[in-house]
Amino acid sequence: MHIVDRRLNPGGKNLSNRQRFMRRAKEQIRKAVHESSAGKGIKDADEGGEIVLPARGVHEPSFHRSPTGGVRDHLLPGNKEYIVGDTIPRPQGGGGGSGSEGSPDGEGEDDFRFALSRDEFVDMFLEDLELPDLAKRKVASAEAVTWHRAGYSVSGSPANLALMRTVRNSLSRRIALRRPKVDELEALRAEIAALEGDVAAESRKRALEEELTRKLRRVSLIPYIDPLDVRYKRFDSTPRPVAQAVMFCLMDVSGSMTEHMKDLAKRFYILLYIFLKRRYKNVEVVFIRHTHVASEVDEDTFFHSPETGGTVVSTALEEMQRVVGERYPADNWNIYAAQASDGDNTASDNDRTAHLLTQAILPQCQYYAYLEVGRDVEHFPPGFIRRDSDLWQTYAALVKAGAPMAMRKVGHRRDIYPVFRELFSKKTGAEAVTA
Amino acid sequence: MNVITRAERPLFEGADWEFSTLQRCHDAIQEIAVDELGLSVYPNQIEVISAEQMLDAYSSIGMPLFYKHWSFGKQFARNEGLYRAGMQGLAYEIVINSNPCISYVMEENTATMQALVIAHAAFGHNHFFKNNYLFKQWTDADGILDYLEFARDYVMECEERHGEAAVERVLDAAHALMSHAVHRYPRRRATDLRLEEKRERERRLHDEQVFNDLWRTVPGGGNARHDPTTEERRKALLQLPQENILYFLEKTAPRLAPWQRELLRVVRIIAQYFYPQTQTKVMNEGCATYVHYRIMNRLHEKGLLTDGAMVEFLKSHTNVVFQPDFNDPRYSGLNPYALGFAMMQDIERICIEPTAEDEQWFPAIAGKGDAMAVLRDCWANYRDESFILQFLSPRLIRHFGLFHVVDDADEPHLAIEAIHDERGYRAIRQRLARQYDVAWTAPDIQVVDVDLAGDRKLVLHHGAMNRILLDERDARSVLQHLADLWGYDVVMREIDPGSGSVMKEHAAKPRVGILHEVGG
Repeated sequence: MHIVDRRLNPGGKNLSNRQRFMRRAKEQIRKAVHESSAGKGIKDADEGGEIVLPARGVHEPSFHRSPTGGVRDHLLPGNKEYIVGDTIPRPQGGGGGSGSEGSPDGEGEDDFRFALSRDEFVDMFLEDLELPDLAKRKVASAEAVTWHRAGYSVSGSPANLALMRTVRNSLSRRIALRRPKVDELEALRAEIAALEGDVAAESRKRALEEELTRKLRRVSLIPYIDPLDVRYKRFDSTPRPVAQAVMFCLMDVSGSMTEHMKDLAKRFYILLYIFLKRRYKNVEVVFIRHTHVASEVDEDTFFHSPETGGTVVSTALEEMQRVVGERYPADNWNIYAAQASDGDNTASDNDRTAHLLTQAILPQCQYYAYLEVGRDVEHFPPGFIRRDSDLWQTYAALVKAGAPMAMRKVGHRRDIYPVFRELFSKKTGAEAVTA
Repeated sequence: MNVITRAERPLFEGADWEFSTLQRCHDAIQEIAVDELGLSVYPNQIEVISAEQMLDAYSSIGMPLFYKHWSFGKQFARNEGLYRAGMQGLAYEIVINSNPCISYVMEENTATMQALVIAHAAFGHNHFFKNNYLFKQWTDADGILDYLEFARDYVMECEERHGEAAVERVLDAAHALMSHAVHRYPRRRATDLRLEEKRERERRLHDEQVFNDLWRTVPGGGNARHDPTTEERRKALLQLPQENILYFLEKTAPRLAPWQRELLRVVRIIAQYFYPQTQTKVMNEGCATYVHYRIMNRLHEKGLLTDGAMVEFLKSHTNVVFQPDFNDPRYSGLNPYALGFAMMQDIERICIEPTAEDEQWFPAIAGKGDAMAVLRDCWANYRDESFILQFLSPRLIRHFGLFHVVDDADEPHLAIEAIHDERGYRAIRQRLARQYDVAWTAPDIQVVDVDLAGDRKLVLHHGAMNRILLDERDARSVLQHLADLWGYDVVMREIDPGSGSVMKEHAAKPRVGILHEVGG
């Protein structure tokens, strides 16, 4: 009998079958991913997890009898009361009476739960999307160093001892200096022991003993391992380029922004965050909220604490400019900005906003997206036509003039994902104004 | 034989085990299995695997290697999901009908469970695989692993040459017809899977050598041979009617490429390998369960199992052979382990201490004494259907309280036809045996005609036994696959065997560009 330990075999034998399955069920998986991601927060939005797939879409058909109609025989165990000729009412679905032929192929086809890894989840989520202008890469300061092997050295820490190399050196030196081998000594000793007491071979014995002494001296003179032999593995460090990105979330928090609008904006920011996280190792997020004054805040304050005041968009842009200047020099960082607003702005501020954007902000940014969050469309009476907001008009003019920014309107949660896809899909990049 | 010599020490104590424990268990069990029970087994190979590897094995029908297909990924995802949610435990073992006989055991089994698994799989199932006539006739234990390897490589090669999508479409279609890919009735030679691989290469080589494009240009060449042969002769030439649909397509489908035919053959041959398993579920499990029960008890008698281990074993054993009643929420059909084990034990009882009833029902074996000889003969020469028909005793029918219910869709109520009484025994035995007969359980579908001279329409019949029709949605999907493979129209008629009238008709047209190039 053989016993084989298979536990150490490489795992993931089923990986390629799994990929085939996922490709096959792609549409359903994608739908399920979007549904499941709707209920997650910004931090754990890209955690992956379980999704539920309907079994029908990946059904494998076979010829089998239908579960109803015709004349059927059932053989059941556990009779306690029935006698021949009794009748029982036909059980309605799920009754214990006729379970024996319910599923001819031996397994039911229920919806099944299907766990996606984090990578698979995000892949599905962001499929076909591309970040504009990934080009900028910068050697960042601290942690960006990789160590790699670089030959051997004669000094180093014992932990880095290169055993193979050391023994190899020792071996070649011992061969070169003809250090007697242990086997030879043993053979000599054995021979001497064999000759013990044999008077005729006395001279031969003496010669052998002399040779043994000579060899033993040689052994003590030539060490098995000499400090000369010892080698250490050498490591070199190389600075590694780290692409890093900062994401600016700008949001109008004045009284006209409802919870619903903030929720829409938040969802958009989550998507952008996951997306950036996917491409950059190091992603920082800066939250800037504004009314008629702007300030940098933490995430919680950003989304949850209400403010009152007017609406002056240019203040937020100025604040962003300040933060960029202080902490995120544009030649070291990939800067992405997403602005969410209901479109209100003080009329006199529009020119200044446009000026700031074109002159200061856009040249520094990799990407600038403007998201106009509206009220849930169903709240408007039919036939109601909305006028484009001030900010929208201002930005639209800029885009028309060729500014590298993107803008979309969103009214409902279900629009967020399509809009996001539209903004980052491979073809469109950052042009076109649609609504 | 019954002199009990107490062993000095048990095989193991506590739940932990190591490889030497497995070896000791195996040797001790082998001694009992071979010397005392007289089993004849393939050499054993025991492989220790992790839970993930067990899930892997699940998804490829328990085989250690298999070709790639999305449906196995689906199986894996489903099992993994259920396992993670805690809704399904994993089997303790999987055993493969191969020579040497490979048993997978889970690393997290306790020492007792490993001993149980070795007794159950490495000796019980192993003996059954090696000796049962169905396995001898339909499977080739020596060649299966090599053949699977060939199949895997062949599929991979096709994928490289023709693209994954093209191969997937053929396999999808072939899998849909897998249930009708066995020659059930004709005499058969024993299969030799090693030869299979060689024959494939030779077939292709021969085709390539004798290929001469000029034949295509000979005027009238094709039609000249088409004498108005009689319909009988044409059907005989095509071996019609034919119940092995995949075989028929492989040999006669006009538009398939050679590699597509070969893929059909691969699926067909694998289907055939599993054919005996479905017919011997009760016997196979009964045999393995009976063997492990005997062996574990004997180990305990010999002092090789501690009392604690014995209690653990009995608990697990009792779970395995538990049969809930029909109105119990846990009921999901007759448990093959329970039925099989009960029948094996019953045969032992009949051989050793028969009652008057047994003398009357089983004159050939009652009181014969040597139960193992009788059992070994059963395991070698019967399948579920014949075994139950022959050996289900009135005592067991009473024990299980079996009764027969008829569900006629035209009647408002279900009717009890037979119960465990003097008049019912034979009827119940016969009906139960029939539930294990593939000829009754699998729908009878045959290719009956094809108009090769005309529009090449393929005609299939389903003999709708007891007027039970096919599941319509699935039947249509499978028929669509069939039409794609055939390349021309396909029609299937569901026939009432009693009156010969057509109850229902399905038709399918091949989809362009699915398996065949446009106009190809």
